[in-house]
Amino acid sequence: MQERRNLPQMEVIQELLLPVTRTTMWMWIGFIVLGTILAAFAFAVAWMFYWGIGVTGLNRPGMWGFMIVDFVFWIGISHAGVMISAILRLTQAEWRRPVTRAAEVMTMFSLMTAMTLPFIHTGRPWRTAYWVFPYDFWRGIFPDVRSALVMDPSAVFTYLTGTILFIYITTVPDIATLRDRSTGWRKGLYRVLALGWQNDERQWMIQAATGFLLAALMLSIFVSVHSIVSWDFSFSLDPVWHTSVWAPYFVIGAVHSGVSAAVTLMVLMRWMFGFDKYIREEHFDAIGRLLVVVATAWVFFFMLDVFFALFNQDPRETAVMKMRFEQWPYTLMLVLIFVFGYFIPVPIWMFRKFRRNIKLMFWTSIMVNIGMWSERYWLVVPGLERKYEWTFDWNFYRPGIVEITIILGTFALVPFLFMCFSKIFPPVSIWEEKEGQNFLQEIKVGKASIPAIVREF
Amino acid sequence: MALRDVLGLYSDIDSAVAGVDKLAEVGIHREDFEVLSNAPYPEGAFGHDHTTSRLGLWPVVGACCGFAVGLLITGGTQVVYPMVTDGKPLFSIPPMVVIMYEGTMLAAVIFTVLGAIFESRMPRFSREIYDTRITDGYIGVLVHSPEESVNSAAEAMRATGAEDVRMAEARATKASQPARANRKGASA
Repeated sequence: MQERRNLPQMEVIQELLLPVTRTTMWMWIGFIVLGTILAAFAFAVAWMFYWGIGVTGLNRPGMWGFMIVDFVFWIGISHAGVMISAILRLTQAEWRRPVTRAAEVMTMFSLMTAMTLPFIHTGRPWRTAYWVFPYDFWRGIFPDVRSALVMDPSAVFTYLTGTILFIYITTVPDIATLRDRSTGWRKGLYRVLALGWQNDERQWMIQAATGFLLAALMLSIFVSVHSIVSWDFSFSLDPVWHTSVWAPYFVIGAVHSGVSAAVTLMVLMRWMFGFDKYIREEHFDAIGRLLVVVATAWVFFFMLDVFFALFNQDPRETAVMKMRFEQWPYTLMLVLIFVFGYFIPVPIWMFRKFRRNIKLMFWTSIMVNIGMWSERYWLVVPGLERKYEWTFDWNFYRPGIVEITIILGTFALVPFLFMCFSKIFPPVSIWEEKEGQNFLQEIKVGKASIPAIVREF
Repeated sequence: MALRDVLGLYSDIDSAVAGVDKLAEVGIHREDFEVLSNAPYPEGAFGHDHTTSRLGLWPVVGACCGFAVGLLITGGTQVVYPMVTDGKPLFSIPPMVVIMYEGTMLAAVIFTVLGAIFESRMPRFSREIYDTRITDGYIGVLVHSPEESVNSAAEAMRATGAEDVRMAEARATKASQPARANRKGASA
């Protein structure tokens, strides 16, 4: 399995610091294109704040549209990072080393992006903030802890805080490396952030133990977060939303989309930063195998959700399911979900040759996330599009140009922030890569020479 | 008695290990020096290190604090603003557990990070002696030696192939004692 090559220390440092020290042409193109989309995003948000929520397609009864769908999607994407990082760290999987940092950073920026969406969705976010913070001790009025809308921010905030701290503490040794080879304002910044790290044995021991502890803690938070996000829907009594299967279904869906997004990111890092020596075909091979299992589990939960809705023969549930299966645009969504989310990528991932084809892995990972975004739309929007008792106003949800621009903006925001991060901190953990080099040994088995790893614990 | 720090820089692990052995020969104990490297080496690569920490306690203490704060927020707000819904009991345990769980985990994570910083003896911005070549791949052996053993420590390192040996100014014993006592602390 190990295809790692023994590389000189200086080569590892210089190559992995390349995004920090040099801005490649692809990075410039990325900054300009993504920056332009973000300018449109900022304009769309400002437009909506000025004119009000009426400029979107939201209307009774479909009050949760693109922005909530996108919120669920980005929360899902965020799940891969910490899951990959934490599980691989705990199991001491050697191939984790070039993947973990980028996956964690993707988690952080996906969560930040996700958290902005419900605020934007309210139309008047400053009033939302005023209403929630601080707790109104003077009048003794507090948010109702029984509401999933109180649990959700607490879970997402915990996950975001934990992720930021996790990334920071595992980046400190690399910040010290940057401190020792930078000048000007960067030196001052790295000096403060490195906290006086001096690479002694005690610090390395604590670093390893902290990695394990945080990985275990973050793994428990990761499972709770998307469960709680699913409860935003399933705590309600709305047909098709009100089901107990949504918590595990959301978690497995999040893993499916998130791990695919990690594949996309890994390919982009190879192309943009030239990390071919570090992000190798064996990594795509391993993640491809993981994806086959995850995708199949996700399809199982998808079928289970449909089955639960149809099994009880509640006319309201059946009506919404009928709409999902037979009415435009949900029929298109359904096709995208299955074809892009499962039937094209999974047979491809079954073959080792294809799992090691970088371009193929890139496009299949993009496909999965088109399918998974459609799935979130398919789950969220039809749930409210029905006539309630006393319904006096009825409109189907059709997203407007403002919402479409906002959604495109979120897809630009995450990579833009990732590139900004890469200009200040290395996107691949240098010390972990060097640690892997330190533990790497060649052993002879018969006539074969096999790379072997000396474990730290 | 004044202590002085001596830093020897080695370009490869084998000569660094030889230096460590030579230091033991000239009477400098393992707890009186530390090895600096730009990435962790397998445990015991430079001889048995007595470094221990209480890091494992930090998340436990944090979890207890977080649980208490979660209980205070969820229970306290329901007591202060009693809102009986549909005749159900005032204290709604399942949603309380969710927020208490998140509070517990959040504080456990925060305390773990604080513990990692504290146990790593950071922040420490004023370093007696350090060399940036360590992050380039050099291995440093940093000896905290009494004034009278400084020269023998430096000689031992030079004799075993240290490319550079640097000495810090002498400092009072009191300043160096906590660092050494820390390494002899209770196990995690």
